[in-house]
Amino acid sequence: MSDILTPFILLPLWVLLIAFIFCILFWKYAKVQAVIALTSAAGYLLSAVWLFLAVYQDGIQVVQIGNWPAPYGITLVADLFASIMVLISAVIAFAIILYSLQDISAERKRNGFYPVLLVMVFGVCGSFLTGDVFNLYVWFEVMLVASFVLIVLGNRQGQLEGSVKYVTLSFISSGFLLTGIAILYKLTGTLNMADLSEAIAQHPDPELINLATVFFLVGFGIKAALFPFFSWLPASYPTPPISVVGLMAGLLTKVGVYALMRFFTLLFTYDLPSTHSLLLVLAGLTMFFGVLGALAQRDFKKILSFHIVSQIGYMIMGLALFTPLAIAGSIFYIVHHILVKTNLFLISGIVKVTQGHYLLSKLGGVYDRYPYLTLLFAISAFSLAGIPPLSGFWGKFILAKAGLEANRYFIVAVSLLVGLLTLFSMSKIWVSVFWSSAPGEAKGEFKYDSRTLFKSHYLLILSSVFLTLCTLVLSFYPEALIALSKRTAEQLLDPQIYIDAVLNNNNN
Amino acid sequence: MRTLILSTILRALTPLFISFALYMFFRGHNNPGGGFIAGLIASIPFMLHAMVFGYKRTTRVFRIRPRLLAGLGLLLALISGMFSVLRGEPYLSPVWVDEKLPVIGKVGTPIFFDFGVLLVVFGVVLQITFLLTEE
Repeated sequence: MSDILTPFILLPLWVLLIAFIFCILFWKYAKVQAVIALTSAAGYLLSAVWLFLAVYQDGIQVVQIGNWPAPYGITLVADLFASIMVLISAVIAFAIILYSLQDISAERKRNGFYPVLLVMVFGVCGSFLTGDVFNLYVWFEVMLVASFVLIVLGNRQGQLEGSVKYVTLSFISSGFLLTGIAILYKLTGTLNMADLSEAIAQHPDPELINLATVFFLVGFGIKAALFPFFSWLPASYPTPPISVVGLMAGLLTKVGVYALMRFFTLLFTYDLPSTHSLLLVLAGLTMFFGVLGALAQRDFKKILSFHIVSQIGYMIMGLALFTPLAIAGSIFYIVHHILVKTNLFLISGIVKVTQGHYLLSKLGGVYDRYPYLTLLFAISAFSLAGIPPLSGFWGKFILAKAGLEANRYFIVAVSLLVGLLTLFSMSKIWVSVFWSSAPGEAKGEFKYDSRTLFKSHYLLILSSVFLTLCTLVLSFYPEALIALSKRTAEQLLDPQIYIDAVLNNNNN
Repeated sequence: MRTLILSTILRALTPLFISFALYMFFRGHNNPGGGFIAGLIASIPFMLHAMVFGYKRTTRVFRIRPRLLAGLGLLLALISGMFSVLRGEPYLSPVWVDEKLPVIGKVGTPIFFDFGVLLVVFGVVLQITFLLTEE
C-alpha cells in the first residue's frame, strides 16, 4: 500500500470533525452552522465516494494510527463492506441535513443541533472504519452520546419519556459490550480484530469463547434492536423531530447490524452450527414480532418504527444463513433498507407539515391534494414491502433464494409471510392517509396546496426526491449492487484477506 | 457564597494552580500527568472564582469564551496529527524537531496534541461550571 493512499480512510472522519469544530467556533451563529453542516455533508459524501473507489480498485485500505504496528496500536480498516456503509451513511447524512434546514425549529438550531448531528455521523463513520474492538466501543459511545442529546433536544415530555428507555437500554448494552471485550481480552490477550480472528480460531477451548459471543450478541443485539431487545426502538424513535428520527432509523440500528455482521463473519465462526442457528432463530422472531407490532399501531411514525425492527430480521437472516449469496443478500438489503426507511420517515414528516398529525385517524386525502407526494411514498412503501421491480424485491428475492439453497425452508416461509404482513400494514397507511378522503372535521385543514407546499418546503421534498431517485436506481439497475454485494460477501467470508491486510501491512 | 478567606486566598492560589498545571503538563511526557490532568487543575481557580464572585464577574474577568477554547484545542489536536501525514507517515505519528531547546527539551507534535487536550478539558470544564453557576 502506498503512502499517498493513507489519508483516504481518515478523510471522511476529518471532514466531519473539522465541521464540528467550526460549528463550535461559530456557536452563536445558527445560520453559519447550517452552511458548515451542509458543506461538510457534501464533503463527507465526496470523500466517502473517494474512499469507496480506492477500496474497490486497490483492495482493503489500512492505516495504523500513530505508526504503532497492528496488534498493539489502533488500526483503521476500510474493506468493501465498511466503505459501502460509509458511503450509504454519507448519502443519508446529506439528505437529512438538507431536510433539516427547513424541518428543525430555529430554537433547536440555536441549541447546537448541527454540531451534535455531525458528531453522531462522525461516530457512525468511525464505528464502520475501526479495526479494533475497544475502539469500536469508543465510537459507539461517541455516536450514542450524540444521539442521547439529539433525542432530548427540545425537551418535550414525550421525548424525555422515550429517551429514558433508550438511554437505559443503551447503557445496559454498553455494559454487555465492555464485559464481552474484557472476556475476549482475557482469553486472547489482544483487541485488534484481525489478530483476534486468528487467536479465536486457534483457541484451545472454544467453550470459553462462547461466553464472550453471548455478551457481544446481547450488546449488539440491543443496539440493532434484535428480537427480545427491541422495545426501546418504537418507544424512543417517534418522539424527536423527523430529521433526527430519519437519521437514527437509517443509521443507528444499522451500526449494530454492521457490528454483528463483522463479528460473526470475522471473529465468531468457530462453531457455526450453534451460533448461527441461534442467530437464525432470533432473525425469524425479530421479523415476525416486529411486523406484528406494526400491525397493531395507528400512528404513522410508530408503524414505520416497528417496520425497522422487522427489517433488521431480514439482515440478520442473511448473516445467519452464512452462505455467500445470503451475506450478499444482507448487504443489498441493508443498503436498500437505509435508503427506503429514511425516505419513508422524511415523507411522514412532510405529511405532518400538511396536516399537523401522525395519527392515521386524523390524516387523509393526501392523494387528492398532493399526487406527487403520494408517488414518492408509494415508491418507498412498495419497495419496503418487496413489490417487484422495486429494490426491496431484489433484496428479499436474494435472501429467499439463499434460504432455499441452504434448505432452510421454514425461515424462508417466515420471511415471505412477514413480507405479506408488511405489505398489509403499509396498505393501512396507504388507505387511511393517502386514499381516503380527509376525515370530517379535518377537511379543509390542509395548510398548503400542491404548489405552496413545494414553495415553502422545497428542501424537504428535494431531499425525499433525492432518496427516491437512489431507490429507483437500485430498483431498475440492481445488477451493479448485487455484483458488488457478492464481491463484498466473498471478502467477508474469507477472513484471511482482512487479516493479511491488517497484520502484514506493518512489515512493509 | 462570598467568603473573605476564599476570595483573598484565591489571589495567591491562582498563579500556584496555573504553574502546577503547567508542571503537570510538561511532566506528562514520561510520568503521570499530561494535558487532561493539567486542564483539570488549571480550571480549578476559575471554578473557585465563579463560586466566590458569581458567574457574571468570572466571565468578565475571563473574557475568552471557554467554548471557543475547547474548539480551538480540538482543532490544535487535530492539526498536530496531520504533520506526519505530510511526511507520508500515518496520522498522529509523532514528528520531532531535531535540535533540543533549553529547559523544555525536544519539541514535537505530541506536545501540541497534548496542549490541545489541555485546552479542550479546560474549556469544557469551565463551560459546564459557568452553565451550572448561571442557574
